[in-house]
Amino acid sequence: MDFLTFLTVNSNLLLKLTLEHISLVAVAVGLATLTGVPIGIAITQNERAARAVLYVCSIIITIPSIALFGIMIPVLSMIGHGIGYLPAVIAVLLYSQLPIVRNTYTAINNVNPALREAARGIGMSPLQRLRRVEIPLAIPVIMAGVRTAVVMNIGVMAIAAYIGAGGLGVLISRGISQSDPRQLIAGAIAVSILAVIADYCLLWLQKRLTPKGLAV
Amino acid sequence: MIKLDNLTKIFETPNGPVTAADHINMEVPTGEICVLLGPSGCGKTTTLKMINRIIPSTSGRVFINGEDTTDLNTVELRRNIGYVIQQIGLFPNMTIEENIAIVPKLLGWPVDKYKARAKELLEMVALDPSVFLKRYPRELSGGQQQRIGVARALAADPPVMLMDEPFGAIDPINREVIQDEFLKMQQELRKTIMFVSHDIDEAVKMADRIAIFRGGRLVQYDTPDDILAHPKDDFIESFVGDDRALKRLRLVQVGHVMEDNIAVVKPQDTLKVALERMDQHGYSRAILMVNERHQPVGYVSRGVAQTTQGYCADHYFGLKATTQPQDDLRKVASLMFNHDTTWLPCIDHNGVLVGHVTQRGITHYLGATYHRDAVAAPVLEHSHKANA
Repeated sequence: MDFLTFLTVNSNLLLKLTLEHISLVAVAVGLATLTGVPIGIAITQNERAARAVLYVCSIIITIPSIALFGIMIPVLSMIGHGIGYLPAVIAVLLYSQLPIVRNTYTAINNVNPALREAARGIGMSPLQRLRRVEIPLAIPVIMAGVRTAVVMNIGVMAIAAYIGAGGLGVLISRGISQSDPRQLIAGAIAVSILAVIADYCLLWLQKRLTPKGLAV
Repeated sequence: MIKLDNLTKIFETPNGPVTAADHINMEVPTGEICVLLGPSGCGKTTTLKMINRIIPSTSGRVFINGEDTTDLNTVELRRNIGYVIQQIGLFPNMTIEENIAIVPKLLGWPVDKYKARAKELLEMVALDPSVFLKRYPRELSGGQQQRIGVARALAADPPVMLMDEPFGAIDPINREVIQDEFLKMQQELRKTIMFVSHDIDEAVKMADRIAIFRGGRLVQYDTPDDILAHPKDDFIESFVGDDRALKRLRLVQVGHVMEDNIAVVKPQDTLKVALERMDQHGYSRAILMVNERHQPVGYVSRGVAQTTQGYCADHYFGLKATTQPQDDLRKVASLMFNHDTTWLPCIDHNGVLVGHVTQRGITHYLGATYHRDAVAAPVLEHSHKANA
C-alpha cells in the first residue's frame, strides 16, 4: 500500500521525530515533577497558600496550548530562545504543574490522621514524618499525577511543531500544509501509540515505586 | 513516676473559652498503671495528651521521674514516652520489624541492636518473629496489629507509657486476651503507665489506681476496690454501675478469702465420726472427704450422717466443683450459682486440698471495708451497708 511504503521509506525520519518528541516531553515533565512535588509538599503547610497555588495552576491549564506556545515567543525572544526547544519545554512544564502539584498536595493531606498522630506521638520531627511516612504513602497518587501529565502532554507537544520544536507534530503540520494525508495520519497515529506506550511504562514504574506494604 | 501539677487546658471556641482540663493534680507511682476513666468529654484524653504535648497545655507542669518536662524539647520528650493510640497507627509502608524499630532508629541505635530488640519484643507480645518480622501491617488482624503497636511503644524502653483507649478497636474476645497478656508483661516490665478508658470493667481489671474524671476535673483517685466500694458521689456511684459489688469480686482471689484450717474425714471413718466433726466445727451442711494424698474425693452430708450408720466411703456424694487459690471470686460465685452450693473446696495444682471458700466468707470479706469505715466516717454510709 501507498501508506506502508511511505512509512518504510521514511522510517528514519519517523524514528528521529519520535525520539525528539519523547525527549521534549520527558524533559518537560521530568522538570515539572522536580518543581511540582516540592511545591505540593510545601502548600500542605498552609491552607491559604494551597488555595492560591492550586488556583494559579488551574488557570494556566485553561490557556489553549497554541496560545501558550505563542506567548513564549515574545517572552523568550529576549534571551534568544523565542522558538524551538526551550519554549516548548517551558510551556509543557507549566501545563504539568496542575496534575502534579494537586496530586501531591491531596495525597499528603489525605494521609490517615491516625498515622500522623502516631508519627508525632512517637517522636518524629515534621521532616522525618514527611520522609518516612507521608511521602512514601503519597507516591502512588503522585505517580498517577505524573502519568496524567505525560499522556496529556504527548498530545500537546504535537503543537510545539508550530514553534519549531520538532517532534511528531512536524508530520502533522506538514501533512496539513501540504495536503498530504499520509504524513498527517502517520503523525497522528504515532502520537497516539506513543501516549499508550508511555502510559503503560509509567504504570509499571508506579507499581515499582509503590512501597510494598501498600500494594493492592 | 508521673506527676501532674495544676495541669490545665482551656480551648478558645467561637462560643467562648472551654475548660477541657481544670487544674489536674495527681501522681502515678513508678511501676503502676493508672487508668483515667470517665464519660466522653470529661477531659481524660486531653489530660493524657498534654503529657506528651500532642495537645499543648495552657498552664501547669508535668514531672516525669522528678524532672520538670516544661523545658524539654518536644521531639526528645516524645521519644522517651511510649505512645499507643486507639486506631493503632502502624505505618503501612514499613514492615513489622521496621515499625517496631522506628524509635530506636530515630534515637540512633546500631542496626544489630534494634533488629535484636524487634525480635525480642515480638516474642514478648507472643508473635512468632520468623513469621511476623517481615510482614506488613495490612496482613495482620486488628488484635495482632495492636500488639505490634504496644511493642513499638516499648521498643526504646521508655520509663513511661501513655495509652489512649488502646484496646478499644479490638473485638471483645481478643481484647480480654490482649489485656491479660499486657498485665503479664507489666508484671515483668513495671512501666509507669497512664491509660485512658471509658470502660469501667477494663479499668477495674487493668488499674492499680483509677482516676475518675468529670467535666474536666479529677473527682476521685483511688484503688479500684475503693472506688467500687466507696464512690464519692452519686455520679461516680451510677458510673461504676449498680453491680459494683459484683465487680469487686474480680479483684479478690480465693486465696484471700478461703479458710485453710478445715476439718475432713477419711473414707475409713464412720458416719458417726463425720457427724461429730461437723458439730465440732460448725459445718451445717457437709464435710469433705479426702484420700490418703489429702485430695478431696467427695463430701458427706449432714442429713445422711444423722440418719445412717456405716462408713464414709460408702455414703458420700461426688464433688460438684473445685476452685484454686488464684481464681477470682467472680468465677467462684459463678460456680456456686451453677452448682447450687454455698461452699466450694479449694485445691492446689496437684489436686491437694488447701482449704474451702464459703459464700458467707465472701460477703464478710467484701463487707469488711464498710465496717472499717463505720467508725471513721459515718457520713458516708448508704443503705447498702444494711445488706452486708
